Amino acid sequence: MTDLASVLIDGIIYTSYLFIIAVGLTLIYGVMKILNMAHGSLYALGAYVAATLVGVWFSHGLNPYASFALLFVAPILVGLAAGPLIERGLLRFMYGKDEIVLLLVTYAVLLILEDVIKLVWGVESYSAYQPYGLLGNFDVAGLLYTKYDALLVVVAILVGFALSWVLTQTRQGKLLLAVIHDREVSTAMGINVHRFYLVTFTVGTMLAALGGALVAPQVSVVPSMGVEMIVLAFAVVVIGGLGSLPGAALGALIVGLVRSAAVHYAPQVELFSIYLVMALVLIFRPKGLFSAAEPRKI
Amino acid sequence: MAEVLDAAKLNKKFGAVTAASNIDVNIERDSIVGLIGGNGAGKTTFINMVTGYVKPDTGTIRYGGRDITQLAPRNITQLGICRSFQIPQLFESLTVHENLLVALGIVVLEAKRFTSAAALRSENVEAVADETLSRFGLSEYRNKPVRVLPEGVRKLLDIAMALVVKPKVLLLDEPTSGVSADQKFLIMDMMMAALRADNVTILFVEHDMEIVSRYTQRILAFYEGRIIADGVPQTVLNDADVRKFVIGKTHAPATRGVMHAAN
Amino acid sequence: MIALDRTLMLHGLALAVVVIGGALLPDWIQGLVILAFGKGLVVLGLLLLMRTGLVSFGQGLFYCLGAYAAVSVARIFTLPDSLLISDAILMPLFGGIVAGIIALILGFLLANYRAIFFAMLSLAFSMILYGLLIKMSVLGSSDGFNVAYTTVAGVAIAQSAKLYVLYAVSSAMVFIAMVGLHRYLRSHMGRLAPAIRDNELRVEYMGSSVRYVIHVNFIIAAVLAGVGGGLVALSSGHVDPDLAYWTTSGEFVFVAVLGGTANVAAPIMASLLFEWIKSAAYQYAPYTWQMVLGIALLLVIMFLPQGLWSVFNRQAKEA
Repeated sequence: MTDLASVLIDGIIYTSYLFIIAVGLTLIYGVMKILNMAHGSLYALGAYVAATLVGVWFSHGLNPYASFALLFVAPILVGLAAGPLIERGLLRFMYGKDEIVLLLVTYAVLLILEDVIKLVWGVESYSAYQPYGLLGNFDVAGLLYTKYDALLVVVAILVGFALSWVLTQTRQGKLLLAVIHDREVSTAMGINVHRFYLVTFTVGTMLAALGGALVAPQVSVVPSMGVEMIVLAFAVVVIGGLGSLPGAALGALIVGLVRSAAVHYAPQVELFSIYLVMALVLIFRPKGLFSAAEPRKI
Repeated sequence: MAEVLDAAKLNKKFGAVTAASNIDVNIERDSIVGLIGGNGAGKTTFINMVTGYVKPDTGTIRYGGRDITQLAPRNITQLGICRSFQIPQLFESLTVHENLLVALGIVVLEAKRFTSAAALRSENVEAVADETLSRFGLSEYRNKPVRVLPEGVRKLLDIAMALVVKPKVLLLDEPTSGVSADQKFLIMDMMMAALRADNVTILFVEHDMEIVSRYTQRILAFYEGRIIADGVPQTVLNDADVRKFVIGKTHAPATRGVMHAAN
Repeated sequence: MIALDRTLMLHGLALAVVVIGGALLPDWIQGLVILAFGKGLVVLGLLLLMRTGLVSFGQGLFYCLGAYAAVSVARIFTLPDSLLISDAILMPLFGGIVAGIIALILGFLLANYRAIFFAMLSLAFSMILYGLLIKMSVLGSSDGFNVAYTTVAGVAIAQSAKLYVLYAVSSAMVFIAMVGLHRYLRSHMGRLAPAIRDNELRVEYMGSSVRYVIHVNFIIAAVLAGVGGGLVALSSGHVDPDLAYWTTSGEFVFVAVLGGTANVAAPIMASLLFEWIKSAAYQYAPYTWQMVLGIALLLVIMFLPQGLWSVFNRQAKEA
C-alpha cells in the first residue's frame, strides 16, 4: 500500500514540474505553430541561473527563507532576456516559412544555447540544494516528503489556474485563444497576431525557466538536462495534443505517473515506457488526446 | 446492368452543417450528368463521398453492384472511378511531363490492382505521356514547371492526370472555374472529345448554366444537401425551386432557348 | 538507358580513382575518408527522406544499431568466439539488416506522421535507444565496447593492410549506394517521393499508397544508416551509446541541409567537407562546436538557396 502511495505521490510531484514546462511549449506551438526545440535549453538556463543566484545568496549568508524568491526571479530574468532576444532577433524573420524550417531554426537555437551554457558555467554540475530542505518535512501515509515538494505542486496548480483565467476571462486572453484556434481567421478579423507572438514566446520561455529553477534544488544541474527534458516535454504535449492547455495537464499527469511507476519497478525502461504510452495514445488518437478537428482541404 | 453508380440514402453532417440529406440517385452507364447548386449545397461533398475521401454518416454507395462506401480513395481509383479537383491538385515542383509520368508510373507500379487500365509496361510510359499531352493540347507546356502555368492549363493537366487510369467513371469538380470565359467552351470541347472516345460515364459540377445545358443529358440540382431536381436540362433549369435556390440572381445569364421558352 | 550507363561509368571511374589513389594517401586521411563515407551513407538516407518531404532527427538510432549490431548479438547471447562475425564486409551489412528490421517495425507507426511529428518522434526513438544502451551492462553501458575486424570476404587481412582494406570496402559501399539510390530515384517508386512531398492527396487519389512509399523509403534510409554505422564502428574500433544521442542525429541533419538534395553526390561531398572542418575545429574549440553548427545552420537557412530551398521551397531542379 505504501508502495502504491509512493508511486502516486512521486508521480504527482513529477507531473507538476512537467506541466509547468510543457504548458509553455504547447502554448508557443498553439499560438505560433512553432515547436520550440530550444525549450529544453531555456529550462536548463532557468536551472543554471537559479542555482547561481542561490549559491551566491547563501555564500553571503543572507536570509535563507528569502532565497525562495530567487527561484521566481531567475525565470523572470531568463524570460525577459532570452524571450525577446530569440523572438525579435531571430524568429521574427522566419515567420511564414515551412514548419520544418522553423523546427530547424529552433534546433539551431538549441545547439547555440547548449554551448552558451557550457561556456558560461562549464561542464561540472551545479547544486542549489539549500532551499530544498529548508521548509522541513511532512508525513503522508507513512512516507516522508519535503514541504518543497508540496510547494512545487501548489505552484503548478497556480500556474494552471492563472493561465486558464487569463485566457478565458481577460480580453487579451480571449483574443489569444482565437489565434490558437484559427490563425488565418483571426488575422482576417483584424487581430494583430504578430504582437501576440512576442508575449507568448516570452511567457513560454519564462515557464520553461520556472520549471528549471524549481527543479534546481532537487537535482544536479548539468548541461545534458536540457535535451533530456525536451524529449520528455515533447511526449507530454503530443499525448495531450499540440496547442491544448488542458492537454498539457493531462499529458503531464500521464507521463508523471508512468515515469514514477517505471522508476519504482523497472528503472531501465523509464524513457521507453513513457514513449510506449505515447505510441499507444497516438494509435488511438493520432494527434493526441485533445486534438483540434482538421479543416477540409478539398 | 444499365446503372453503374448507385447512391442510396446518403447522409452527412459536419457539425451543424448538413452536407448531404437522404441523397438517393442512380447514374447510368455512359451518361453525362451535371451537378448544379450554390456553394455549400453539397455537390463537392457528394463527389468526396463517392470517391472515398469522406465517409457518409449513413447510406451506401454501390459501383456496378459492389459496395464501395468504406473504401479508401486509392482503392476506388483502382476500381475505375476517378476525379478532378476544383482547385487543381498538381505536383508543383515538377514539370507537366513529370506530373504525367508520376501518374502513369503509379499505374505501372500497381498494374495488377487497376481493373480497367490498359496493359501498360514501363517502356510505353513515355509514349503514352506524350500522347496524352497532345490529346489535351498540352504539348507546348511539356517541360514547363507546373507553377508557371495559366489556370486553364492547370485544370486540363489535373483532368488529364485523372484520365491516365482510364476510368469508367469520371467526376469533374468545376472543370471550367478559374478559366477565362472565352476559353471555357474550347476546353470543354477538347475534354469531351477526349473523353467520349473512351466511353466514360461523366459527372461534373458546374456553375455556368450555359456549359451545363450544352454538355449534359441530365442535371441534378443540389440545395442544402438535398437533390431538389433531377431530369433533362430543359426541365431542371426551368424548375421553380431550381430557379429560386440555384440559378436565381447568380452567375452566368440563364440559358438561351430555355429562358425564351419560359417567357 | 544510355544516360544511366554513363552515370555508372562515371561512378566506376571515380571509384577506381578513389581506391587506387587512396593507397597513396597518408593513414589519417584514409581514416577521415572512411569516417566521412560512413556518415555520408547516413546522409544519403536523409536525402531520400527529404525528397519525400520528411526530416528525421533520429537517424542516430539506425546508425547506432548498425554500429552495435554485429558484436552485440554475440555478447547478448554469449556466443562462442568462433561464431563472432568479424568480417569487414559482413559486419556493416549485418548492421544494415538489423537497422532495416527495426525500421520495418517502427515504420508502421512513423509512416502515419509528417513534418514536426515525424521529426520529433524519430528523435524520441533514438533517445530511447540511448537510454536503453546506457543501462545495459552486457553491452558495456555508457562505456560501450571495442570492435575489430579480421577478415574481408572471408580472407584474413594482414595487420598493415587493415586500414586500406576498410578504405576500399567503404569506398565500394558508397559507390554502390550512390548508384543504387540514383537508379531508385529515377524509377517509378523514386518519382513518387517528390510527388508525395508536393501533394500527398493527389498521389492517393491516383491509386497509390503514400504510407507504403514512405515506409519503404524509411527502411532504405535506415539500412543506409546501419551500414554507415557499421563502417564507422570498424574505423574507430569502438562503439558507445553516444552514437544514438540527439547530437549525432543533429549532425547528420546539418550535413544533409548543407549538401542539399539536388544530387546523390551532394551528401558525400558535404560529409567529406564537414569531417575535414570538424577535425580541425574540435582541436581548437570543443566547447563551441555546437554553437558554430547552430550559427552555420541558421546562415544556411537564411542565405543558401540551393540545397535547403530545393527541399522546402520545392523550386530547384533535382537530378
